[in-house]
Amino acid sequence: MTRMKAMDYSQTGTRRPAGAPTSTGGIRRSNRKNEDCEGAWSPVSTRKRHWTQSGVFGLFRVAALINGFALLFIVGFLLLNGWKAINWTFLSQAPMDSMTRGGILPCIIGTVLLSFGAMVVAFPWGVASAIYLHEYAKPGPALRVIRLGINNLAGVPSVVFGLFGLAFFVTWCKLGVSVLSGALTLGALVLPVIIGTAEEALRSVPATYREASLALGATKWQTIYRVVLPAAFPGMLTGSILGISRAAGETAAIMFTAAVFFTPHLPSSLFDPVMALPYHIYVLATAGTQIEATRPLQYGTSLVLIGLVLGMNLIAIFYRARLQRQA
Amino acid sequence: MSHSTAIGRRTREQIIRAFFFVTAFTSILVLSMILLFLFVEGIPIFKTVSVGRFLFGHDWYPTSSPPDFGIFPLLVASIAVTLLSAVISIPLGVMTAVYLAEIATARVRELFKPVVELLAALPSVVIGFFGMVVVAPFLQDMLDIATGLNLFNAALMLAFMSVPTICSISEDAIHSVPGELKEASLALGATRWETIMRVILPASLSGISTAVILGMSRAIGETMVVLMVAGGAALIPNSIFKPVRPMPASIAAEMAEAPFRGEHYYALFAIGMVLFLFTLCFNIVADYVAHKHKQVGAATL
Repeated sequence: MTRMKAMDYSQTGTRRPAGAPTSTGGIRRSNRKNEDCEGAWSPVSTRKRHWTQSGVFGLFRVAALINGFALLFIVGFLLLNGWKAINWTFLSQAPMDSMTRGGILPCIIGTVLLSFGAMVVAFPWGVASAIYLHEYAKPGPALRVIRLGINNLAGVPSVVFGLFGLAFFVTWCKLGVSVLSGALTLGALVLPVIIGTAEEALRSVPATYREASLALGATKWQTIYRVVLPAAFPGMLTGSILGISRAAGETAAIMFTAAVFFTPHLPSSLFDPVMALPYHIYVLATAGTQIEATRPLQYGTSLVLIGLVLGMNLIAIFYRARLQRQA
Repeated sequence: MSHSTAIGRRTREQIIRAFFFVTAFTSILVLSMILLFLFVEGIPIFKTVSVGRFLFGHDWYPTSSPPDFGIFPLLVASIAVTLLSAVISIPLGVMTAVYLAEIATARVRELFKPVVELLAALPSVVIGFFGMVVVAPFLQDMLDIATGLNLFNAALMLAFMSVPTICSISEDAIHSVPGELKEASLALGATRWETIMRVILPASLSGISTAVILGMSRAIGETMVVLMVAGGAALIPNSIFKPVRPMPASIAAEMAEAPFRGEHYYALFAIGMVLFLFTLCFNIVADYVAHKHKQVGAATL
């Protein structure tokens, strides 16, 4: 009903002569003359309507602010409690005395390896998928099914990715609990992110670029490779930064596939298990022998992790804003 | 250009096209492989317990002898946590979206959109940690309850994880409402709020519904938050301040100690199956809603 009403109004609206009154008062008077109107729009009720609006808008502003405060509160809290724990020793040494002292270097290295590994897997794969979706595919059932698949892949819970990684990469492919298993699992997990951002980057390349290239006699692939991809690449890079940050913060997917409580060595090959920042936080905060005593380490590790993740996101946000300004 | 090279060129183009098609199709392949491996590792549990007893059994004691594999308390916990978090996240997310799309000035929007994006980027383990060390003690002291690690705390933390999803998808939906509709409504003398309520929100309802479904799907599958904050008791809660053990928490907490390809291991994969099917349904419904009521220009209203 409401939808119908909206359309009717829009039609009457377009038929109104150009000189139609624009001030609220004028419209009120014209409404009163209108037979369709329920009438009785007195000045008092107008004031009431505007009060309602101010009240509701205030409420909406508060809702938006709550999000801002939540972010500020979490980040601020970790900053306040975590900065004391962070020093050179913390960043450059391995954990000591059953993880109650020392640093988090192996976790940092593990997280960097896993997230870059995930990107090595997902970036070419995601970009190629996006090229198909945006440059080649024609609307139809095949495209619909692929899109549905990607959307569903994006919705699969990370712990289910973990189970899949355990059953497929770790057990069936016999890769063991290793950097490789973790990177492949995370690669599948961030694939939808990469596809989404790569497609957006392709969309932002003006159609005239493609038309000009095709008109010069280039084939479709030559056009994509020489014209479209170079133009879309910066946008795709933004997507890969977001993908890395997503992979770096992911815990449940690496719990069974790559991360271990503690390993005294740094990984020497892709088949070694690693420690990782998010898993380290979880272990220290829940399963450690001295949960209270290691609080400073937990705060410090959390701060390093969100510094890494939010830092990468900020870079992506600024970079994207710059790209949009240039466009 | 000779005839043969033109044909060569065309074949090459077709091969390249086929390559990209196959690559794009691997997403479906991965999805089916996830399903396949969950079933391969999960189905054997039904040799031990029937599907009915697995889904509706009230006792989850996987390590006692004889073990009990009833996931009903975990199922109830997952649903309760998700619904409660939706009660918080839907109004918060939709209102934020409306504020950003329709009310805020361009400068405020520029400032605020990154805030929502950063909120989405916060690793779940950090949110779980925050819930443990800040929200839990606060709730415990405030309400004088046995533990601050409970259903309510988990739902609250989950709400902040699904708000960005709900907000950004709703905002897109609101943006896609044709400008003429808004202008027509304003020209008729409706206030901005009346325009939002009677014209813009009804017109973007399908997009907002999609957003809500996807937000809930994210909440039900979220693992680290419920693992760290929900309390972990595999009981059917009789109040929102009771500790619970949602499905993802059970999988994550117990997989390490479950003997490889033992009954417990199979049971955890079967829980993964249930969880996967839940999110699959959510996503298919979201997709259906998004396509069925797709808004293309003013004419479809």
